[in-house]
Amino acid sequence: MIELQDIGKTFSKGAQTFRAVQNVNVRVDPQSVVAFIGPSGCGKSTLLNMIAGLYPPSEGRVRYNGRTVGDVNTDVGYMTQKDNLLPWRAVLDNVALPLELAGWPPAKRYDAARAMLAHVGLDGFEQKFSSELSGGMRKRVCLARMLLHGPQVLLLDEPFAALDPQLRIAMHDLLLKLWAENRQTIILVTHDLMEAITLADRIVVFSKRPARVAFEGIVDLPRPRDVDSIRFTSRFHEIYTAFWERLRQEYDEVTP
Amino acid sequence: MNSDHLLDRVDQPAETANAKPRRRRRRLEEVGTPVMLLLQAAVGVAFLVLWQLLSGRLISEFLISTPLAILGRLWGWIVAGSIFPHLWATVEATLLGFAIGSVLGVLGGVWLGLSPFLSRLLNPYIWAFNALPKVALAPLFILWLGLGIGSKVALAAALVVFLVFVNTFAGVREVDNDLVDVLRLMKATRRQILAKVVLPSATSWIFTGLKTALPYALIGTIMGEMIASSRGLGYLIQRSGSEFDTAGVFAALTVIAALAVVFNEAVNLVQSRLEGWKVVSR
Repeated sequence: MIELQDIGKTFSKGAQTFRAVQNVNVRVDPQSVVAFIGPSGCGKSTLLNMIAGLYPPSEGRVRYNGRTVGDVNTDVGYMTQKDNLLPWRAVLDNVALPLELAGWPPAKRYDAARAMLAHVGLDGFEQKFSSELSGGMRKRVCLARMLLHGPQVLLLDEPFAALDPQLRIAMHDLLLKLWAENRQTIILVTHDLMEAITLADRIVVFSKRPARVAFEGIVDLPRPRDVDSIRFTSRFHEIYTAFWERLRQEYDEVTP
Repeated sequence: MNSDHLLDRVDQPAETANAKPRRRRRRLEEVGTPVMLLLQAAVGVAFLVLWQLLSGRLISEFLISTPLAILGRLWGWIVAGSIFPHLWATVEATLLGFAIGSVLGVLGGVWLGLSPFLSRLLNPYIWAFNALPKVALAPLFILWLGLGIGSKVALAAALVVFLVFVNTFAGVREVDNDLVDVLRLMKATRRQILAKVVLPSATSWIFTGLKTALPYALIGTIMGEMIASSRGLGYLIQRSGSEFDTAGVFAALTVIAALAVVFNEAVNLVQSRLEGWKVVSR
């Protein structure tokens, strides 16, 4: 369980200060998939960084499984739009990195990494470098590395935003497949309402900066979901229209 | 249409007039490597012949000696074997100074690069040290380390250390913080972050520093030998000069130039290996 309690975050740059997040209260149940939607630069990524414990909130606190997050939360797997692979390492060595850090012997960690690469559909690319891979393949490498670390929570910060639509759908499919196996808690930051509805159980919409919770809603589409066809169901359409109406009201209010 | 024709006609003569020199220039740019080597040798030979002819006729031989006299002096040193102790003294001091300066530079660069507080604290002192002409430190080094190899090594190291330090520091600072965060989230210790992210990503920067610093190690050694020494190529220049032996000065300069070329080629060799690795890894 992740709880954000009265979170506020103020950044200062020289003499200037600005508020990125204000008064945010959100609860994320274990094994649920929650999407955070909001205008770009509104402070959603700041929230994820605080959940990961990369920096502390200025006000309020982040609770993880009943404890206040003080330092980096190593139960978390983090994936951003940027790939963050080590460019001087081949795919296999990148994927095996979390096991290497944990002190596994080479043979054992390479076996595990190979199995995971096959799982995300990248067998045969073990010795490639990230510069030799397409954007979608790099995402798969990131996923494989993250999953080998075995996190209970996945923080996904617009991970597929740079991919073309077909590839994005393929990645959604892979993500849902992997989630069905391990049932991690997922927090997904996105701009894309379609993506949010396809993947999430619940959608939290944030206001413009400073980020506050504008409204939230449930996505009651049944699981397992078929990524290819679910977009064309009438229930999907209803949910989409309902969220779209509220989103428009929300952002009409802000822009005079 | 008419105006187009007019323009064509006006432009044409100008173009044909330009075409010839342009084509010739391009032919010169595309000269192959063997031909270029031949041309380079020709320039050198022409220079030496000119020198030989001018010496004693237009300029006093006492001032510029002659290529043949220099060659004779060099040959004499090699045959007698007297040049080799000087050569080894310089090579040894250069390499030792380079090694010590590099190690200190890398250690300091990594250390300060990882500590924003320390680097801010020491910033004015580091730049003050850099601004100091290192040759001015020679009397101190001689006082501390004597007239032997120690003071030359120290002077070479003093020149090398800052160049390597600055590059290492920049390399460590350039490390992608997102990569560091990724490792922190995977339970990496500080030491693991250093070994697996910071040092690998600073490698090319460090190498740039080493490459720039090697010639300075030679300069430092020669300076030290010229100031106070009984061995080394710098000493040889100093002694020949004080004996009014112009040919000896030029002969020693030739050996130093050859040494610099050898060092430079060695660095290029290592660098091309490193870049081969880089091409594979990117």
